[in-house]
Amino acid sequence: MAFDELRVNGGSYPLAAAVGRTLAETLREDLGLTGTKVACGEGHCGACTVLLDGVPTLSCITLVHTVGNRDVTTIEGLREHPLVASFVRADALQCGFCTPGQIVSAAALVAAIPSPTREEVRHAMSGNLCRCGAYPKIEEAVVTWQD
Amino acid sequence: MARLIRTEKEVEGHYTEQWIVVDEDALDQWPAGPLQTVGKPAPRVDGRERARGEATYTADIQLPGMLHAAVLRSPHARARVRSLSLSSVLAAPGVRAVLEPGDSHVLTDEPGYHGAAVAAVAADTFAQARAALAQAAVEWEVLEPLLDPDQAVEKGSLVSEPNVSERGATERGVSEAEAVVEAEYRTQTVLHNSLETHQAVCVWESGRLDVYISTQFLWGVRATVAEQLELPPDKVRVVCNFMGGGFGSKNGPGEYTFIAAELARRTGRPVRCALTRREENLATGNRNSTIQRLTAGARSDGTLTVLKGDYVNSVGFEGWSPSTGGPMELLYACENVRVAEHGAKLNTPPNAAFRAPGFVEGTFGLECLMDELAARLDLDPLELRMRNYADSDLVDGRPFSSKNLLECYRRAQPHWARREEVRARSQGPWKHGMGLASQVWYGGGGPPSYAWVRVGSDGRVQVVTAMQDIGTGSRTAMAQIAAEELGLSLDRIEVSLGDTSRGPFASISAGSSTIPSMGPAVRSAAADAARQIVEIAAQRYHLEERVLSLRNGHIVSADGGSWPIEEITELLGEGQILGKGARGPNPTGMRTLTFGVQLAEVAVDIETGEVLVDRIVAIHDVGRVINPLGASSQVEGGIIQGIGHTLSEDRLLDPGTGTVLTQTLDAYKLPTIADVPEIVAEFVDRPDEHLTNLGSKGLGEPPIIPTSAAIANAIRDATGANVRSLPITREEMLRALRAAREREGLERTAETVGEVRSA
Ligand code: FES
Ligand code: FES
Repeated sequence: MAFDELRVNGGSYPLAAAVGRTLAETLREDLGLTGTKVACGEGHCGACTVLLDGVPTLSCITLVHTVGNRDVTTIEGLREHPLVASFVRADALQCGFCTPGQIVSAAALVAAIPSPTREEVRHAMSGNLCRCGAYPKIEEAVVTWQD
Repeated sequence: MARLIRTEKEVEGHYTEQWIVVDEDALDQWPAGPLQTVGKPAPRVDGRERARGEATYTADIQLPGMLHAAVLRSPHARARVRSLSLSSVLAAPGVRAVLEPGDSHVLTDEPGYHGAAVAAVAADTFAQARAALAQAAVEWEVLEPLLDPDQAVEKGSLVSEPNVSERGATERGVSEAEAVVEAEYRTQTVLHNSLETHQAVCVWESGRLDVYISTQFLWGVRATVAEQLELPPDKVRVVCNFMGGGFGSKNGPGEYTFIAAELARRTGRPVRCALTRREENLATGNRNSTIQRLTAGARSDGTLTVLKGDYVNSVGFEGWSPSTGGPMELLYACENVRVAEHGAKLNTPPNAAFRAPGFVEGTFGLECLMDELAARLDLDPLELRMRNYADSDLVDGRPFSSKNLLECYRRAQPHWARREEVRARSQGPWKHGMGLASQVWYGGGGPPSYAWVRVGSDGRVQVVTAMQDIGTGSRTAMAQIAAEELGLSLDRIEVSLGDTSRGPFASISAGSSTIPSMGPAVRSAAADAARQIVEIAAQRYHLEERVLSLRNGHIVSADGGSWPIEEITELLGEGQILGKGARGPNPTGMRTLTFGVQLAEVAVDIETGEVLVDRIVAIHDVGRVINPLGASSQVEGGIIQGIGHTLSEDRLLDPGTGTVLTQTLDAYKLPTIADVPEIVAEFVDRPDEHLTNLGSKGLGEPPIIPTSAAIANAIRDATGANVRSLPITREEMLRALRAAREREGLERTAETVGEVRSA
């Protein structure tokens, strides 16, 4: 079944991407949603994480034509999520390049487990690399997101 | 008044003498300790923008008609291009221009390392550019690479003359010693791996070049690009508003900027040249590997009589030989010290500054050596360090502008006292132990650096300076400093940076220099603006200027009067108050350094060689701390990078061909959130009374410096094994454990023989 639409953050966009184009490229270059970052382009760092029907997914290795009618949620769709404030409060970002991906992953975690333990955070977030080493404060931000 | 002065400038340990013009009213330092805003924790002023994905990084710049470049890189460590044909590349879909060796000084037909840039292409999309490159017809003559650093030194293949320095008489030092330890330490090549790869977007417009670039030094890029392209510097505009990490690797323009600029010139369109992760791990620099052959001698009371270090830095095909012997020269009061550094020129990717280059590697060797010496003398490692405390810089006899390392040691004691308790946690194959290491580094910053402060009629303030915030929180620190001086809350301050056409010259963000260089300039600009506000208020309220000051958003008079600042700024209408400030000189004849100590608690599985870091305590002396929250983040980040350096990161080469095997983030093992121990950060937080109007030094680099030695020393404490090579993989750990067992066996045999003899 062919889909000629991409559903992103509650909106719907005509899908006119060439075969082989990734979801990350489509979001960033065609839709101008540059909050999603690409740091490796090959599924190793988590910077490009978005949600597909709520499931954290690496958009750099997801072909856009395989998304189908699933709902795509990017950081732009999570701008009012309390995690944004808790990341800022805890100083859970330095350069900030990994941060959108971290927040998207954390959003999926707290949707599934509203009060995650530190162990659960460390487990769920270990696919999101942060070269600046904001990890201790990312952990803090996620466990205190409801404050 | 503008003053012409001669001063010393230091970046990453390099000193240069220079004339500078400073235009600064000397301000008294603020009192020590937390003030209204400075010294209190402040979340990042741009945190929300970054966290919401609104911040525009270089990677996010999209310009109409923008083309994408891809670079053909040498697949060989050393080769010659016999023939190169790009005609099929040019004919490929979407391709607009190609460059070959000769078209740009950054392209070569005699690549000296895997990843050297040879040719480039610009196409409508990045995918097209990459696909087109695959069509390039290259015939390579593959040559034998030089890969062994010791061999390079032997053959005289060096990037510069060996750096040899000696004080005292080391031979006498050896003969006076009652205990001598000699050991060889090795550190590996480490990759920066900033999450935003190296990249630039270049646009030409009526003979002017705009460069959007992920950089640590806007003005350095401007100067280098202008010089290379023979443009007046004002024709080059460099922009970097948000930056996705650099760690030393983004101090200059890099080949990608010149490739983008040339392709943009040829096509008349904006061109992005962004490296892929794999290119990033080939061609953007690294922390070079080292071999360190070290000797320490001491009297039985622990007084050092000699320190000697022979260092080989595997610099690579280009680059510079970092000061690996620097810590040995600076850290201890030892009269007889000899350091020799060799920078081996090899067919490997060039090094680049990486968070305290040289000192991270050199501190691993030196501080492990000190603990091996302590073990030999049966002295407490902390005691040994205090016994050899340096009160002045023994390299050239200068006093320190400030040094509170003793205070760091004092604060370390309660943590150090946990040692017995930590060891007692050992159970089965898991052995626990604790170790420490000290650090010394530069970080005093220097002039020139300038800032402007603009106050509008609404009483809001904009700090304008063309500096960069590379993720360290410098934007926030500048806002705090301006807020403090103007007596305003942080939310009334906006910081505008990241554009050479929009603000004055600002220093590099390297060498832990942003806050000590820029902070004083911002304070002086804010003070200039504050003075003008007071002048206007004095006239408005018919009071003398000297009885007025700015506090809590008010103008207050000595006799208790208080008026909201807007009462005065409103008078401006569309006018503005403009304050300007400059960084003053460094104290003459003094040495400005940062100091600290870190303690590590580890657990080692002696059966498998697995090492776990449980806790790290960091106590640093960097003068006045502007933002304790951001400062603790810097410490954590440095320590986590240090843990990667110590335990998992390793850029591997194919030993036969010299090609890089670890180009991807699954092969090159960065620390993850699951690898992070408990980290405790403490600061002495005493302003350096001789340094600028702030008394602040830099903190970016200090926390990574002692991390690996503290961990290695904790491993020795836990197991008795001397790990001497980074990373401490299970293999290295098991080797060290075996060596320790053999040594113990020999000692036992020797003892038995001794007993038999004496019987
Ligand atoms: S950019 Fe997608 S995983 Fe790294
Ligand atoms: S904040 Fe820089 S990579 Fe995470």
